[in-house]
Amino acid sequence: MTTVGRWIGRHLILFIGLLVLLYLFAPIFVVILMSFNAPKSKLSYTFDGFTLHNWAHPCQPFGLCDAVSASLRIGLVATVIATALGTLMAFAMVRHRFRGRAATNLFIFLPMASPEIVLGSSLLALFVSGGLGGRLGFWTILIAHVMFCLSFVVVTVKARLSGMDTRLEQAAMDLYATEWQTFWRITFPLVFPGILAAALLSFSLSFDDFIITNLNAGRTVTFPMFVWGSAQRDIPPQINVVGTAMFLLALILVLGGELTRRRRASRAR
Amino acid sequence: MSALGHLSTPVTPEPVAARKGGRRRTAYLLLLPGGLWLILFFVVPLVSLVAASLYDPNGSIEAGFRMTWSFHNYVDAIADYAVPLGRSLWYSLLTTAFCLLLGFPLAYAIAFKAGRWKNLLLALVIAPFFTSFLIRTLSWKLLLGDNGFVVDALRTVHILGSDGRLLATTAAVVTGLTYNFLPFMVLPLYASLEKIDHRLIEAGSDLYASAFTTFRTVTFPLAMPGVVAGTLLTFIPAAGDYINAQLLGTPKQRMIGNDIQRLFAAGAYPTAAALSVTLMAAITVLVLFYVRRAGTEELV
Repeated sequence: MTTVGRWIGRHLILFIGLLVLLYLFAPIFVVILMSFNAPKSKLSYTFDGFTLHNWAHPCQPFGLCDAVSASLRIGLVATVIATALGTLMAFAMVRHRFRGRAATNLFIFLPMASPEIVLGSSLLALFVSGGLGGRLGFWTILIAHVMFCLSFVVVTVKARLSGMDTRLEQAAMDLYATEWQTFWRITFPLVFPGILAAALLSFSLSFDDFIITNLNAGRTVTFPMFVWGSAQRDIPPQINVVGTAMFLLALILVLGGELTRRRRASRAR
Repeated sequence: MSALGHLSTPVTPEPVAARKGGRRRTAYLLLLPGGLWLILFFVVPLVSLVAASLYDPNGSIEAGFRMTWSFHNYVDAIADYAVPLGRSLWYSLLTTAFCLLLGFPLAYAIAFKAGRWKNLLLALVIAPFFTSFLIRTLSWKLLLGDNGFVVDALRTVHILGSDGRLLATTAAVVTGLTYNFLPFMVLPLYASLEKIDHRLIEAGSDLYASAFTTFRTVTFPLAMPGVVAGTLLTFIPAAGDYINAQLLGTPKQRMIGNDIQRLFAAGAYPTAAALSVTLMAAITVLVLFYVRRAGTEELV
């Protein structure tokens, strides 16, 4: 193979990669565009004209903002619980040897590898046979969300923990730090980025979940359920405002994180 | 942020310091709250799902269900829903293949070609997660719509006939599924690729292997744990999905998830539960067969 061939080969794969990334982003451009849409009729879902009305009145469609707030509340509480429980499990998995460790590993992987419809329907079967069929709502959704976020937290924090240099902790112990001091001054700050990533992932999984939530929600309406409901009738453009806002928030977090990381890296040098 | 990435590799850390006897008990204490949550709300529900699948099918939510060990529920469910079940597995197989085909170049480009942009590109793969997937799937409805530019372009180059459509076809459903599950393929693939020692690939070309041969005999086999984890995280959830079939397809593209959801909503719990268990069993058999063939026992 000639150098010219290699050059093409090298850039071809980058080019294809960028095309795939474009595929991932194509619908997001549509979401952003549609958030400025002024539909001619209630049933039209094509771009008919530009307006800022939707951004000025995001709560206009009845029930939309209640649904968003329900999703935010469930997402925040589920994230806190799942991140706390999952981080403890990750520490046990990485830092301790115990009987049944491999089995525990598989056990934690299983919920991630189960179809959502099965997870959702089995929880519903439990709630119904436990006589809670009529009391589905905030709490049953919360239970479900913590359940499916847990495994993702364990895997994310575990990845961070297992890549960590344990000699730093040993050094602290050698310098007469107690276990408690070592944990809070050395271990925790080093694991924190992993915990943060896990929390972000949990929140996005919870905020976005539809299939499991829909089965266990009773009369509570979350944001994805609102979207689903309106997809059967008319789709208010304000839905796209919420989608765009969430995306911008994620983008700011991502870019901000990247910037601080780079600044730190250059300062360290 | 490679959240799913490290699924693929066994974690074998160095022991921290000298172990005391009490440390094992600490491990169980740390596992207890999360483990209990998973047992109560993952394992117990699965058991009650299996139980519900054997209830008397003539019961109702109001009257309650009696446990009659009606194994016949399974026979009925499979007889009535074999077609959507088969279709679900077929669609998710197609989806997995497309995700691998699209995800590999992207993961490869991020791992080997992105340089200082690596982290940013990786974050961009995850960023779409934050815009609700239902909204994004609705956007595909617009993109693939009869007046959209994709259909126009395909008609112009005569891949589609002058009245051909994309929306409400198998192609649309598989496009949507591929789109939705692509990040679950890219992240584990990236994690595997990133760990590969570059010198092994260089050695391949030093030994006069062509770029393709090096890829086939060195890079791809080393990325195998990522391929296995990625295909599982794509295939399994895709098989249970019904959003894409509902929004982008017609009843002719109906998947098993649509039926399970409809039956649960209608209160036909025994049949719905039997279908859920059947889906889970079918997936488990396929996955075990696949993992055996792929030769990777160390999934987690």
